Amino acid sequence: MRGHNDLLVTGAAVLGGERADVLVRGGLVVAVGPEATADTAGSGTDVERVDADGLVLLPGFVDLHTHLREPGREDAETVRSGSAAAAAGGFTAILAMANTTPVTDTGEAAEHVLDLGVAAGLADVRPIGAVTKGLQGVELAELGMMHRSRARVRVFSDDGRCVHDSRVMRRALEYVRAFDAVVSQHAQDPALAGPSACCHEGEISGRLGLTGWPAVAESSIIARDAELALHTGSRVHVAHVTTAEGVEAVRWAKRRGARITAEVTPHHLLLTTDLLRSYDPVYKVNPPLRPQEDVDALREALVDGTIDAVATDHAPHARHDKEHAFPDAAFGMLGLETAFSVVHDVMVASGRMDWAMLIERMSTGPARIAGLADHGQTIRPGSPANLVLVDPGAEVTVDPGASLSLSRNTPFAGRTLTGRVRTTILNGRITAADGEVRP
Amino acid sequence: MTRHLLSVADLDDDALRSVLSTATEMHDVQHRAVKKIPTLRGRTVINLFFEDSTRTRSSFEIAGKWMSADTINITGKGSSASKGESLRDTVRTIAAMGVDAIVMRHQASGAAHQVADWFDESGVATSVLNAGDGTHEHPTQALLDAYTLERRLGSLEGKRIAIVGDITHSRVFRSNVLALPRLGAHVTVVAPPTLMPSGVTAWAAADGFALADDLDEVIDSGVDALMMLRVQRERMAGGFFPTPREYTVGYGLTRDRLAALTAHNPDAVICHPGPMNRGLEIAADAADAASSLVLDQVSAGVAVRMSVLYHLLASDGTVEGADLRREGRATKGSHA
Ligand SMILES: [Zn+2]
Repeated sequence: MRGHNDLLVTGAAVLGGERADVLVRGGLVVAVGPEATADTAGSGTDVERVDADGLVLLPGFVDLHTHLREPGREDAETVRSGSAAAAAGGFTAILAMANTTPVTDTGEAAEHVLDLGVAAGLADVRPIGAVTKGLQGVELAELGMMHRSRARVRVFSDDGRCVHDSRVMRRALEYVRAFDAVVSQHAQDPALAGPSACCHEGEISGRLGLTGWPAVAESSIIARDAELALHTGSRVHVAHVTTAEGVEAVRWAKRRGARITAEVTPHHLLLTTDLLRSYDPVYKVNPPLRPQEDVDALREALVDGTIDAVATDHAPHARHDKEHAFPDAAFGMLGLETAFSVVHDVMVASGRMDWAMLIERMSTGPARIAGLADHGQTIRPGSPANLVLVDPGAEVTVDPGASLSLSRNTPFAGRTLTGRVRTTILNGRITAADGEVRP
Repeated sequence: MTRHLLSVADLDDDALRSVLSTATEMHDVQHRAVKKIPTLRGRTVINLFFEDSTRTRSSFEIAGKWMSADTINITGKGSSASKGESLRDTVRTIAAMGVDAIVMRHQASGAAHQVADWFDESGVATSVLNAGDGTHEHPTQALLDAYTLERRLGSLEGKRIAIVGDITHSRVFRSNVLALPRLGAHVTVVAPPTLMPSGVTAWAAADGFALADDLDEVIDSGVDALMMLRVQRERMAGGFFPTPREYTVGYGLTRDRLAALTAHNPDAVICHPGPMNRGLEIAADAADAASSLVLDQVSAGVAVRMSVLYHLLASDGTVEGADLRREGRATKGSHA
């Protein structure tokens, strides 16, 4: 088995700065700089060399928002295939959303997902627990049991659905304070648009005859949750914020001292609601694609820190669940394999963001929010070897056929983006290289 | 002419004119003793109705039969569509039987567009004719409305037409605002604010129609035609307006409003796409008035659908200068 070998990464820009060699041994970074090469010379063990000339070495990415579909819809994705996609995308840790069948709302269910992740061995898979039983929004799930289980659940979410009952949300926040967990909220008041909403409410939805969610459905829930977070002293996390109004609500809440964090998806940083004119269900996602003004506000908020993290909301779907009329098709898009390229293209290559900020938003920040000590650590001797090598100069033309996911619903098909993931290292072992998984 | 008819926007000005003028010729067929012309002999048209509409389906069926096409009705209920099959699989199966056109009614906005795109991508030659998709469009309804209004009022150039009622959920409205202004009409859209579509202000400015929320003011300003829209029963439970009574008082074509309409303009006419909720959006007196074009619309519906089928499917010659070249769908989606 690989992983007991030493790994010597040569010539990479470490954390986007100086070029250095990095030696990995026993799952840890053991040397950075000239000592790394010197150390290997006399060690006597097998050394696998990775030539990283022109590449940048970063802590591995952490995804706060992945849908893995197992158990229940293994035709769309499994923990194994989703982990493979994660590894190919440079992720070393992913948090698996609870809306599977059955729902992850017990300690046993959480341990089951954890064990499947360990068996796959391609990423650190951490289950997210449901806030309410069966995602029904009525009774709290066994939050403490999930936390006490081997899965040590520290993020809870009914994602896909908003915890819209104020009393339930208050109790959830109060309850998880005992173990410093966080509630990740799909902020979208379901009453404001009704059950047939399927896109952004605006001029385009009006013309297309589609029912939309107004921006206020998002911002009003964020504002309410901020008040509850202040009242309870607990942590709330806003999943996939999408609107300028939502960003403003998070900004206001942070100014007031609420313990609130927020994430944005790559697709909301790049795509707009104009794409819906084609009625192509590949662009159907919840929360929906918004107009350019919102995209601009999200980019700005990601830079100024109002938004703390990028999260993929990777949502694989079988082909036949997307091949319906737009209002009847499933919500969701793939995201794990394209996340870095999209963020790099939109934020780094454009000069909006530097490498330190990219690391903070895609690795360090999300690891801190989820309480993952082994990820998002600065690369130095003694830190866990959860790493990714990226090539900022390479272009990627997104090909759904090459995806390691079991599904093909990527909205980026055919797009050319700058910035490519080359090699992903989990616990000192290479999990993926150039889009191929290493078994 | 286009390969598919999904939206009024698929018709350029020449094609729009051509469809309306051919409809005049087709209308004459209805008055013959033997209502049959051979134009579409050997052609197969499927009426694929996922949503019930006896009126529209019968109109298309008669239009096809009078032109000697083989017309077959398939309803969504009981078809494979209701057994969990994807829409794409359903329509591909039907197209694979070698049909020339699918006339499609679907409860979801955009369904006909998607089917046409799937056909185009995979090289399926079947034409798609949108017979109503959700709350999006109903192009043949707008064409028959334009045809009916022109027959009664003459040219629509400078004519004032008000479209009244549940604008948000109306495919009749969405198709008519793409047709009537292009024929020279001044269109005013009247509804309570809860039944106006999102973003309609920008939309009205871009597409050249006016907005109003007071029906009496619109009638008093003088109109040549009032197009009343049907109010769906389920909207009453959706909180869009307080009670049916209040709706009628605010937006119904009551006996008093009928009198005001006629007082301002004795030639003013009334349209309704049917079926009517008598006593709700239209009073019985108005529905049955001499100025009501409701039955003219039904009769024109067959002629206009014959014309549209002719333009989509007849490929052997021209009728009175109508251009029969089948071109790519250049304007697809450009309206939206
Ligand atoms: Zn969500």
